[in-house]
Amino acid sequence: MAEEIKQPRIGVFVCHCGTNIAGTIDVEAVKDYAATLPNVAVADHYQYMCSTPGQQMIQDAIKEHDLTGVVVAACTPRLHEPTFRTATKEGGLNPFRFEMANIRDQNSWVHMHDAEGATEKAKDAVRIAVAKASLLEDLYPKSVPVEHAAMVVGAGVGGIQAALDLANAGIKTYLIEKSPTVGGRMSQLDKTFPTLDCSQCILTPKMVDVGRHPNIELHTYTEVEAVDGYIGNFEITLRKKARGVMSQDEATAKGIVGGGCNGCGDCEAVCPVIKPNPFELGMAPRKAIYIYHPQVVPLVYTVDFDSCVKCGLCVEACGDKKAIDLEMEDTFETVKVGSVILATGYEIFPVEKKREWGYKQFDNVITSLEFERLICASGPTGGHLVRPSDGETPMKVAFLLCAGSRDNTGVGKPYCSRFCCMYSLKHAHQVMEKIPGCQPYIFYMDIRSFGKMYEEFYYRIQNEGAKFIRGRVANILEDPKTKNLHVYAEDTLLGRPVDIEVDMAVLAAAIQPAADTDHVRHLFGVSCSQDGWLLEAHPKLNPCGTTTAGIFLAGVCQGPKDIPDTVAQAEGAASAASIPIHMGKVDLEPYFAQCIEEKCAGCGMCVNQCPYSALDLIEKDGRTVMHVTEAKCKGCGTCGGFCPGGAIYMQHFTTPQIVAQIDAFLLGGEE
Amino acid sequence: MAEEEWQPKIIAIICNWCSYAGADLAGSARTQYPPDVRAIRVMCTGRVDPLFIMKAFADGADGVLVSGCHFGDCHYIAGNYKCAKRMFLLKSVLKDLGIDDHRLRMTFVSASEGAKWAMVMEDVVKTIKELGPSPINQLKQ
Repeated sequence: MAEEIKQPRIGVFVCHCGTNIAGTIDVEAVKDYAATLPNVAVADHYQYMCSTPGQQMIQDAIKEHDLTGVVVAACTPRLHEPTFRTATKEGGLNPFRFEMANIRDQNSWVHMHDAEGATEKAKDAVRIAVAKASLLEDLYPKSVPVEHAAMVVGAGVGGIQAALDLANAGIKTYLIEKSPTVGGRMSQLDKTFPTLDCSQCILTPKMVDVGRHPNIELHTYTEVEAVDGYIGNFEITLRKKARGVMSQDEATAKGIVGGGCNGCGDCEAVCPVIKPNPFELGMAPRKAIYIYHPQVVPLVYTVDFDSCVKCGLCVEACGDKKAIDLEMEDTFETVKVGSVILATGYEIFPVEKKREWGYKQFDNVITSLEFERLICASGPTGGHLVRPSDGETPMKVAFLLCAGSRDNTGVGKPYCSRFCCMYSLKHAHQVMEKIPGCQPYIFYMDIRSFGKMYEEFYYRIQNEGAKFIRGRVANILEDPKTKNLHVYAEDTLLGRPVDIEVDMAVLAAAIQPAADTDHVRHLFGVSCSQDGWLLEAHPKLNPCGTTTAGIFLAGVCQGPKDIPDTVAQAEGAASAASIPIHMGKVDLEPYFAQCIEEKCAGCGMCVNQCPYSALDLIEKDGRTVMHVTEAKCKGCGTCGGFCPGGAIYMQHFTTPQIVAQIDAFLLGGEE
Repeated sequence: MAEEEWQPKIIAIICNWCSYAGADLAGSARTQYPPDVRAIRVMCTGRVDPLFIMKAFADGADGVLVSGCHFGDCHYIAGNYKCAKRMFLLKSVLKDLGIDDHRLRMTFVSASEGAKWAMVMEDVVKTIKELGPSPINQLKQ
């Protein structure tokens, strides 16, 4: 609140942004115009206001002209507001006495062919900003303590890496996974390109580590139910789904000495219910009490209550361990964390929607993930690649790249799924290695081998004898007798149609965000891009952060990426998420609502508007007035937009400030 | 009066998290649109007091756009719903005052919809140009 009324003295600085702004807008004219505006003490322009000399200009001008407010006409406040607030502060002013006029992202870049219109718009934008800057006040961020704990949602390789990094940095970390085991997609893979490391061999040690790390509290078969709070103080409710089986720790806590699941598998042996195993993509059976595979972490069985007939045979088989409880119900637990990393991953695009390739119509058309399981030594066939139709070894295999990716028909996905080229090269290598004489045919649009040692791997597979045909497959037809497949395409390099008869076709299906990504992002208040991938705060300069403070992203949930990129982003996200925790406190932007008690009639209508229950009615000096709990207020201003008496003072977005902006535009700054 | 020369005065009050970000994205993508609209940033469309809009029309605005997040995507849970309710009510008030309610528009543009923002800009400018100068301005003259 203003202590003394001082005539505002505003400094206006117009940025050229190289030619980004100056190439379209007459910056000199904007500067000259700004100098004529009421309250403007100084107006200047410079090539890059965000650079050190640019920021120095602001600091010097504040001192020289005794400024009360600063306006920079440049890019968007979403990019450089923090930069210029710092400069304003270094110049000796309260950082919130800064206002930005967006004359680049919302002006010069979108009106490139209308220099005159753009310049007029820039002048108006500066006038609007000066009007607001004239009414800005000193504000002080509220510092809140940060809980010394973090949460990682999703325990694929990205989530595992992020959790390990946080835990190794001394932070208590809750790792949440909805399926019964950690490991994610990577645990389904056989080998990894381009090094041909065995996927399990490099992943399982990390899986074991998260299971036993003293700083990691692992919650498998658990989903996030509700999220409350803000950076530093998230309160997250977890739904621990009824697993039907107690771990050894849980049994000990219940006083069953030496009890709990030890993974012996006696229950599974007697269970009479057989269902397809989703880990093997339905190509192998599992029982109603199951583990996905022998390397699961934690090694605890799970009852599928949807198919369990509650015969009780498993309970008998378990005996004194008393691990199985067929009446178990979901339980809820609330934990407090300072920051959160989302690593919810992806799923395979339902490629049967592309009917021309015959997936789910023809037995011998499979997806790449099914191929991974079939070629994997621990898979349903023990690593022997066979045709689903007759169990024979295929001698000619077609690989169809961009199966649903880079597809503008509206059926598939417009984006590149980024790792399909490379794993298809790996698959070609694997069939040639495992089946002597087997000929792979790779149908591609472009081979995108962009990573370290990837291009070299591409040459290697070419030299090994894989046949590359540049062209997207038009359709696949099955020979009903032999179940062989005819693959029809145009070889665009030779300019002629091809018809190749193969034993098996593998579709490198596109990927899409995991099914519950949308639900999770609504819980955490994170935006998504048009394709449904979670939206990073900035695609280049803040790829791990989100626009919600304290929430970070790792892995494919942010966009398609391979394992090295996922792990790198996970490490970045872990580092970013640990910053507020290690700082111990965070500053919240001081955009709090305040009650102007003289004007408040105590009607209480605002109380219902507040989504955060930050407002209450209190008795003060014999009157009922509204009271704001600042720690709960997030500064949306919904109460301020609703108050019939104008009694809510919305800091930094006050009614006088906004009305001044409207007047400045429409009345030319005159009252 | 030559209609070509008349430049409408249109003000947009847009939320920081979705529409402002979407407008920035249109910039990053260099999607071109007419320059007639001037934007004021608020944190949430929930902040938009109907009186701001009445003030804008009283000041002579030819059109007002309020743009926020899609329903269900509000950074503050439901500010956009609350704003939309107010805007519906306000439209009927405008009609009673003799102001065509098409002069007030609420749109929902997300942070990833730069192209949609450009379309909204095109459309708002076209609508207001078709409607012509605000009757308030004519009264003032």
